[in-house]
Amino acid sequence: MGLQPFLVLSSALFCIGLFGVITRRNTIGILLGIELMLNSVNINLVAFSRFNGSVAGMVFTVFTISITVAEMALGLAIVILLFRVRRTAMADHLDLLKG
Amino acid sequence: MTGEAVAFYALSAMLVVSALAVVLSKNLFHAVLWLALALTGTAGIFLLLDAEFLAAVQLLLYAGGVVTIVVFAIVVTERLVGETITQTNRRIAGGALVCGALLWLLITTVLERPLATERPIMPDDLTKAIGESVLTRFVLPFELLAVLMLAALLGAIYFARPEE
Repeated sequence: MGLQPFLVLSSALFCIGLFGVITRRNTIGILLGIELMLNSVNINLVAFSRFNGSVAGMVFTVFTISITVAEMALGLAIVILLFRVRRTAMADHLDLLKG
Repeated sequence: MTGEAVAFYALSAMLVVSALAVVLSKNLFHAVLWLALALTGTAGIFLLLDAEFLAAVQLLLYAGGVVTIVVFAIVVTERLVGETITQTNRRIAGGALVCGALLWLLITTVLERPLATERPIMPDDLTKAIGESVLTRFVLPFELLAVLMLAALLGAIYFARPEE
Protein backbone atom coordinates (compact mmCIF):
# COMPACT_ATOMS: atom_id res chain seq x y z
CA MET A 1 0.00 0.00 0.00
CA GLY A 2 1.58 3.26 -1.12
CA LEU A 3 0.72 6.84 -0.38
CA GLN A 4 -1.46 7.19 -3.47
CA PRO A 5 -4.67 5.41 -2.34
CA PHE A 6 -4.75 7.51 0.83
CA LEU A 7 -4.46 10.75 -1.15
CA VAL A 8 -7.19 9.65 -3.58
CA LEU A 9 -9.47 8.76 -0.66
CA SER A 10 -8.93 12.11 1.04
CA SER A 11 -9.48 14.00 -2.25
CA ALA A 12 -12.80 12.21 -2.67
CA LEU A 13 -13.87 13.02 0.90
CA PHE A 14 -12.80 16.66 0.49
CA CYS A 15 -14.86 17.05 -2.68
CA ILE A 16 -17.92 15.42 -1.10
CA GLY A 17 -17.61 17.82 1.84
CA LEU A 18 -17.25 20.78 -0.52
CA PHE A 19 -20.38 19.62 -2.36
CA GLY A 20 -22.22 19.66 0.97
CA VAL A 21 -20.99 23.16 1.79
CA ILE A 22 -22.04 24.47 -1.63
CA THR A 23 -25.47 22.87 -1.87
CA ARG A 24 -26.81 22.68 1.69
CA ARG A 25 -29.30 25.37 2.62
CA ASN A 26 -29.29 24.69 6.36
CA THR A 27 -26.46 26.24 8.38
CA ILE A 28 -25.95 23.09 10.48
CA GLY A 29 -25.73 21.11 7.22
CA ILE A 30 -23.02 23.48 5.99
CA LEU A 31 -21.09 22.96 9.25
CA LEU A 32 -21.29 19.18 8.73
CA GLY A 33 -19.79 19.63 5.26
CA ILE A 34 -16.92 21.69 6.69
CA GLU A 35 -16.37 18.91 9.22
CA LEU A 36 -16.00 16.35 6.41
CA MET A 37 -13.49 18.58 4.60
CA LEU A 38 -11.35 19.04 7.73
CA ASN A 39 -11.50 15.32 8.30
CA SER A 40 -10.11 14.58 4.85
CA VAL A 41 -7.29 17.05 5.49
CA ASN A 42 -6.43 15.09 8.64
CA ILE A 43 -6.18 11.85 6.62
CA ASN A 44 -3.81 13.67 4.25
CA LEU A 45 -1.63 14.95 7.08
CA VAL A 46 -1.33 11.58 8.76
CA ALA A 47 -0.63 9.76 5.48
CA PHE A 48 2.13 12.18 4.47
CA SER A 49 3.58 12.05 7.97
CA ARG A 50 3.69 8.24 7.95
CA PHE A 51 5.25 7.98 4.50
CA ASN A 52 7.76 10.76 5.24
CA GLY A 53 8.94 9.13 8.44
CA SER A 54 8.40 12.34 10.38
CA VAL A 55 6.12 12.78 13.34
CA ALA A 56 5.36 16.47 12.57
CA GLY A 57 2.25 15.75 10.48
CA MET A 58 0.69 13.77 13.32
CA VAL A 59 1.33 16.66 15.71
CA PHE A 60 -0.39 18.97 13.19
CA THR A 61 -3.32 16.57 13.17
CA VAL A 62 -3.64 16.86 16.94
CA PHE A 63 -3.72 20.64 16.47
CA THR A 64 -6.27 20.60 13.64
CA ILE A 65 -8.54 18.26 15.58
CA SER A 66 -8.56 20.62 18.58
CA ILE A 67 -9.08 23.69 16.36
CA THR A 68 -11.98 21.94 14.64
CA VAL A 69 -13.62 21.21 17.96
CA ALA A 70 -13.28 24.89 18.95
CA GLU A 71 -14.66 25.96 15.56
CA MET A 72 -17.60 23.58 15.88
CA ALA A 73 -18.46 24.82 19.38
CA LEU A 74 -18.40 28.46 18.23
CA GLY A 75 -20.23 27.75 14.96
CA LEU A 76 -23.05 25.94 16.72
CA ALA A 77 -23.27 28.65 19.37
CA ILE A 78 -23.73 31.19 16.56
CA VAL A 79 -26.36 28.96 14.91
CA ILE A 80 -28.32 28.69 18.16
CA LEU A 81 -28.10 32.46 18.66
CA LEU A 82 -29.32 33.07 15.09
CA PHE A 83 -32.21 30.69 15.71
CA ARG A 84 -33.17 32.61 18.81
CA VAL A 85 -33.10 35.97 17.05
CA ARG A 86 -34.22 35.19 13.48
CA ARG A 87 -36.12 31.89 13.92
CA THR A 88 -34.48 30.36 10.85
CA ALA A 89 -31.54 28.15 9.99
CA MET A 90 -31.58 28.67 6.25
CA ALA A 91 -28.45 30.42 5.06
CA ASP A 92 -30.48 32.22 2.35
CA HIS A 93 -32.62 33.95 4.95
CA LEU A 94 -29.64 35.33 6.84
CA ASP A 95 -29.04 38.30 4.57
CA LEU A 96 -28.99 41.20 7.05
CA LEU A 97 -25.62 42.40 5.75
CA LYS A 98 -26.90 42.61 2.18
CA GLY A 99 -27.34 46.35 1.43
CA MET B 1 -4.39 -8.57 -1.87
CA THR B 2 -3.02 -8.31 1.61
CA GLY B 3 -5.25 -7.97 4.63
CA GLU B 4 -4.19 -4.36 4.95
CA ALA B 5 -5.37 -3.52 1.42
CA VAL B 6 -8.69 -5.29 2.02
CA ALA B 7 -9.21 -3.30 5.23
CA PHE B 8 -8.29 -0.07 3.44
CA TYR B 9 -10.72 -0.57 0.56
CA ALA B 10 -13.54 -1.66 2.85
CA LEU B 11 -13.00 1.40 5.05
CA SER B 12 -12.78 3.65 1.98
CA ALA B 13 -16.07 2.36 0.61
CA MET B 14 -17.71 2.90 4.00
CA LEU B 15 -16.23 6.41 4.26
CA VAL B 16 -17.36 7.51 0.80
CA VAL B 17 -20.87 6.09 1.25
CA SER B 18 -21.34 7.68 4.67
CA ALA B 19 -19.88 11.02 3.48
CA LEU B 20 -22.35 11.05 0.58
CA ALA B 21 -25.15 10.26 3.03
CA VAL B 22 -24.02 13.21 5.21
CA VAL B 23 -24.37 15.69 2.36
CA LEU B 24 -27.48 14.18 0.75
CA SER B 25 -29.84 12.93 3.48
CA LYS B 26 -32.95 15.01 4.04
CA ASN B 27 -33.15 14.45 7.76
CA LEU B 28 -30.55 16.51 9.62
CA PHE B 29 -30.42 14.04 12.49
CA HIS B 30 -29.62 11.16 10.13
CA ALA B 31 -26.91 13.29 8.54
CA VAL B 32 -25.23 13.69 11.94
CA LEU B 33 -25.37 9.93 12.58
CA TRP B 34 -23.80 9.30 9.17
CA LEU B 35 -21.13 11.84 10.08
CA ALA B 36 -20.39 9.83 13.23
CA LEU B 37 -19.90 6.74 11.04
CA ALA B 38 -17.60 8.67 8.69
CA LEU B 39 -15.50 9.95 11.60
CA THR B 40 -15.24 6.44 13.06
CA GLY B 41 -14.10 5.14 9.66
CA THR B 42 -11.43 7.82 9.62
CA ALA B 43 -10.19 6.51 12.96
CA GLY B 44 -9.83 3.13 11.24
CA ILE B 45 -7.76 4.75 8.46
CA PHE B 46 -5.52 6.28 11.16
CA LEU B 47 -5.03 2.82 12.63
CA LEU B 48 -3.94 1.56 9.20
CA LEU B 49 -1.35 4.36 9.18
CA ASP B 50 0.03 3.18 12.54
CA ALA B 51 -1.28 6.27 14.38
CA GLU B 52 -3.08 4.63 17.32
CA PHE B 53 -3.02 7.76 19.45
CA LEU B 54 -4.68 9.82 16.72
CA ALA B 55 -7.30 7.14 16.20
CA ALA B 56 -8.15 7.34 19.91
CA VAL B 57 -8.24 11.16 19.83
CA GLN B 58 -10.41 11.02 16.72
CA LEU B 59 -12.92 8.71 18.42
CA LEU B 60 -12.99 10.67 21.69
CA LEU B 61 -13.03 14.25 20.38
CA TYR B 62 -14.68 13.96 16.99
CA ALA B 63 -16.99 10.98 17.04
CA GLY B 64 -17.73 11.52 20.74
CA GLY B 65 -17.51 15.26 21.28
CA VAL B 66 -18.44 16.96 18.03
CA VAL B 67 -21.33 14.64 17.25
CA THR B 68 -22.75 15.17 20.75
CA ILE B 69 -22.53 18.96 20.35
CA VAL B 70 -24.28 18.84 16.97
CA VAL B 71 -27.05 16.59 18.30
CA PHE B 72 -27.54 19.03 21.19
CA ALA B 73 -27.68 21.97 18.76
CA ILE B 74 -30.29 20.22 16.61
CA VAL B 75 -32.44 19.32 19.61
CA VAL B 76 -32.25 22.90 21.00
CA THR B 77 -33.02 24.55 17.66
CA GLU B 78 -35.89 22.18 16.90
CA ARG B 79 -37.39 23.01 20.26
CA LEU B 80 -37.03 26.72 19.52
CA VAL B 81 -38.89 26.47 16.21
CA GLY B 82 -41.24 23.75 17.42
CA GLU B 83 -40.99 21.58 14.28
CA THR B 84 -38.66 19.00 12.78
CA ILE B 85 -36.03 20.61 10.62
CA THR B 86 -35.74 19.15 7.17
CA GLN B 87 -33.05 20.30 4.86
CA THR B 88 -32.87 20.43 1.14
CA ASN B 89 -30.07 21.00 -1.32
CA ARG B 90 -30.06 23.64 -4.03
CA ARG B 91 -27.96 24.15 -7.13
CA ILE B 92 -27.07 20.46 -7.13
CA ALA B 93 -25.93 20.45 -10.78
CA GLY B 94 -23.58 23.40 -10.35
CA GLY B 95 -22.18 22.06 -7.09
CA ALA B 96 -21.65 18.61 -8.56
CA LEU B 97 -19.90 20.15 -11.57
CA VAL B 98 -17.52 22.21 -9.41
CA CYS B 99 -16.74 19.33 -7.05
CA GLY B 100 -16.40 16.82 -9.87
CA ALA B 101 -13.94 19.10 -11.67
CA LEU B 102 -11.93 19.61 -8.49
CA LEU B 103 -11.94 15.86 -7.79
CA TRP B 104 -10.75 15.11 -11.35
CA LEU B 105 -7.97 17.69 -11.00
CA LEU B 106 -6.83 16.35 -7.62
CA ILE B 107 -6.91 12.69 -8.65
CA THR B 108 -5.07 13.22 -11.95
CA THR B 109 -2.43 15.27 -10.11
CA VAL B 110 -2.02 12.58 -7.45
CA LEU B 111 -1.80 9.78 -10.02
CA GLU B 112 0.78 11.61 -12.15
CA ARG B 113 3.30 12.22 -9.37
CA PRO B 114 5.79 9.65 -8.23
CA LEU B 115 4.80 9.09 -4.61
CA ALA B 116 6.32 7.06 -1.84
CA THR B 117 5.29 3.42 -1.79
CA GLU B 118 7.40 2.21 1.13
CA ARG B 119 6.93 3.22 4.72
CA PRO B 120 10.11 4.38 6.41
CA ILE B 121 10.88 3.00 9.85
CA MET B 122 9.40 5.13 12.57
CA PRO B 123 9.84 4.95 16.34
CA ASP B 124 8.01 2.00 17.85
CA ASP B 125 6.04 4.13 20.24
CA LEU B 126 4.54 6.86 18.05
CA THR B 127 2.43 8.17 20.91
CA LYS B 128 5.58 8.85 22.90
CA ALA B 129 7.21 10.53 19.88
CA ILE B 130 4.13 12.75 19.36
CA GLY B 131 4.08 13.70 23.04
CA GLU B 132 7.77 14.55 23.05
CA SER B 133 7.60 16.76 19.98
CA VAL B 134 4.44 18.53 21.24
CA LEU B 135 6.36 19.59 24.33
CA THR B 136 9.68 20.41 22.66
CA ARG B 137 9.59 21.48 19.01
CA PHE B 138 5.91 22.47 18.91
CA VAL B 139 5.55 23.89 22.40
CA LEU B 140 4.69 27.42 21.23
CA PRO B 141 1.80 26.38 18.93
CA PHE B 142 0.64 24.10 21.73
CA GLU B 143 0.43 27.00 24.19
CA LEU B 144 -1.26 29.19 21.56
CA LEU B 145 -3.77 26.41 21.09
CA ALA B 146 -4.57 26.54 24.80
CA VAL B 147 -5.31 30.28 24.47
CA LEU B 148 -7.45 29.62 21.40
CA MET B 149 -9.44 26.95 23.24
CA LEU B 150 -10.03 29.31 26.16
CA ALA B 151 -11.17 32.11 23.81
CA ALA B 152 -13.45 29.73 21.89
CA LEU B 153 -15.03 28.38 25.08
CA LEU B 154 -15.61 31.88 26.47
CA GLY B 155 -17.06 32.95 23.11
CA ALA B 156 -19.38 29.97 22.93
CA ILE B 157 -20.64 30.57 26.47
CA TYR B 158 -21.14 34.28 25.70
CA PHE B 159 -23.13 33.54 22.54
CA ALA B 160 -25.25 30.82 24.06
CA ARG B 161 -26.04 32.51 27.38
CA PRO B 162 -29.72 32.80 28.29
CA GLU B 163 -31.45 36.05 27.51
CA GLU B 164 -31.78 38.46 30.41
